[in-house]
Amino acid sequence: MSELKLMKGNEALAEAAIRAGADAYFGYPITPQSEVIEYLMAEKPHERTGMVVLQAESEIAAINMVYGAAGAGKKVMTSSSSPGISLKQEGISYIAGAELPCLYANVVRGGPGLGTIQPSQADYFQSTKGGGHGDYRQIVLAPASVQEMADFVKDGFELAFKYRIPVLILSDGVIGQMMEKVELFDPIPRLTDAEIYEKYPWATTGKKSGTERRIITSLDLDSHKMEEHNHKLQAKYKEITEKEVRYELIDCDDAEYIIVAYGSSARIAQKAVRLARAKGIKVGLFRLITLFPFPSVKMHEMCGKGIKGFLAVEMSSGQMVEDVRLAVNGCSKVAHFGRYGGIVHTPEEVLEALEQKIIGG
Amino acid sequence: MTEELIIAGFGGQGVLSMGKILAYSGIMQNQEVSWMPSYGPEMRGGTANVTVIVSDERISSPILTIFDSAIILNQQSMDKFEAGVRPGGTLLYDPNGITRHPKRKDINIYQVEAARLASEMGNTKIFNMVVLGAYLKIKPVVKMENVILGLKKSLPERYHKLIPLNEDAINAGLKNVVAVQELH
Repeated sequence: MSELKLMKGNEALAEAAIRAGADAYFGYPITPQSEVIEYLMAEKPHERTGMVVLQAESEIAAINMVYGAAGAGKKVMTSSSSPGISLKQEGISYIAGAELPCLYANVVRGGPGLGTIQPSQADYFQSTKGGGHGDYRQIVLAPASVQEMADFVKDGFELAFKYRIPVLILSDGVIGQMMEKVELFDPIPRLTDAEIYEKYPWATTGKKSGTERRIITSLDLDSHKMEEHNHKLQAKYKEITEKEVRYELIDCDDAEYIIVAYGSSARIAQKAVRLARAKGIKVGLFRLITLFPFPSVKMHEMCGKGIKGFLAVEMSSGQMVEDVRLAVNGCSKVAHFGRYGGIVHTPEEVLEALEQKIIGG
Repeated sequence: MTEELIIAGFGGQGVLSMGKILAYSGIMQNQEVSWMPSYGPEMRGGTANVTVIVSDERISSPILTIFDSAIILNQQSMDKFEAGVRPGGTLLYDPNGITRHPKRKDINIYQVEAARLASEMGNTKIFNMVVLGAYLKIKPVVKMENVILGLKKSLPERYHKLIPLNEDAINAGLKNVVAVQELH
């Protein structure tokens, strides 16, 4: 077994970046994710692996540094919390348009605006429906534990490079700030420039004589070519939707009702499931791991097998619930419950909502 | 076994690090643990609290509103968290600075004069370890040898010379916890 540590979610994310063989991290501090850059600065990864860590002058600068490094085929990452992630959206749209791989994390806090520093899941729309402009998608991974904060860095980089796409780790203040035990994966060596040149035929590593120029851009003034490019992007998103869906079903085998949740809400919902089962209510938890791609097919299949109702539990006024409704498509009852603006719902509140909105409603 | 605990007091009392040491001790004996701090624009002298869960099973919610045990180290925390102790649960507090003592009749109540003991031992920084000792006397959720291992894990190496002092503080707490009200 590899190393077992007690770490905050933010620290696990940072340590995992070093271990995943990241070449660079560019960021700017903001609560509740400042421990990411604090940990990286203290850890001096340039001495461990040669990884560059830089505090940029702003979030916008950081995401554009990510764009540049990604264009050079580097494994690069940034992170922030909600208001900072909003600032990064232009860059993310460009990265999606230019088909470059990158990994970024949002440790979500309550909004809108500067909002609050307490946990929230109100950035679901921004994360899954395209926070920047244009017809793009990104893979969204939703960790529900400190362990997954670490593991999804490794998985996220793999997916980013497999599909040349931005991958978002969508966390929140609970997962970022809490400590749990984490088993850290063994370090993966960074690629050399020569390896990057060989492995990634798109990477701009410096033109060698007698080779084709490699051009990275998100601009094409010929609309027909741009439509073609969009077709290509959509084909990629379709492939991702077919191949990369991840979820976890807990106590769903005999369930009559399903709670759908992700991230820290899923942890709270799991306790609500236990409380409900103790009262004889047959309820299970559908924990989303990928938010895009959304596990619509599985959810629809379940509702065809006699599920009487789905309760979408999220720390927002009702965002993920729209995807649950689209998946269920009228074949079962769907309701939403969630506290928001920085308030975290309790398992007791979730159980009460289940009883009132789904079972009794 | 699952123990759901809140430790609440002033910032600077070592509330968060006490929780961390307890959580690390749980890991040392292969238990599941979670440590969830109140975080915010907090500072030395402001309130600080942390919920710690130590369990034999996978932990669901790390956020607690009802506690098996509460360790309360200032008046604001007493006012806020006394009501959250599960009936039959345990409340441990340091009477130093407490003007309104707990009133619940359906919980076990203990005192430890940790601030006084730490001061008598010549180092007020070991206050939190005195409290931890008192707590472990009432609720031996982790073994003492694992607490020492937990201390080693959570303290930077340069502070390892302080481990014997911390051990003494834990022992002082173990010896000096007083039952105020015990349910039968």
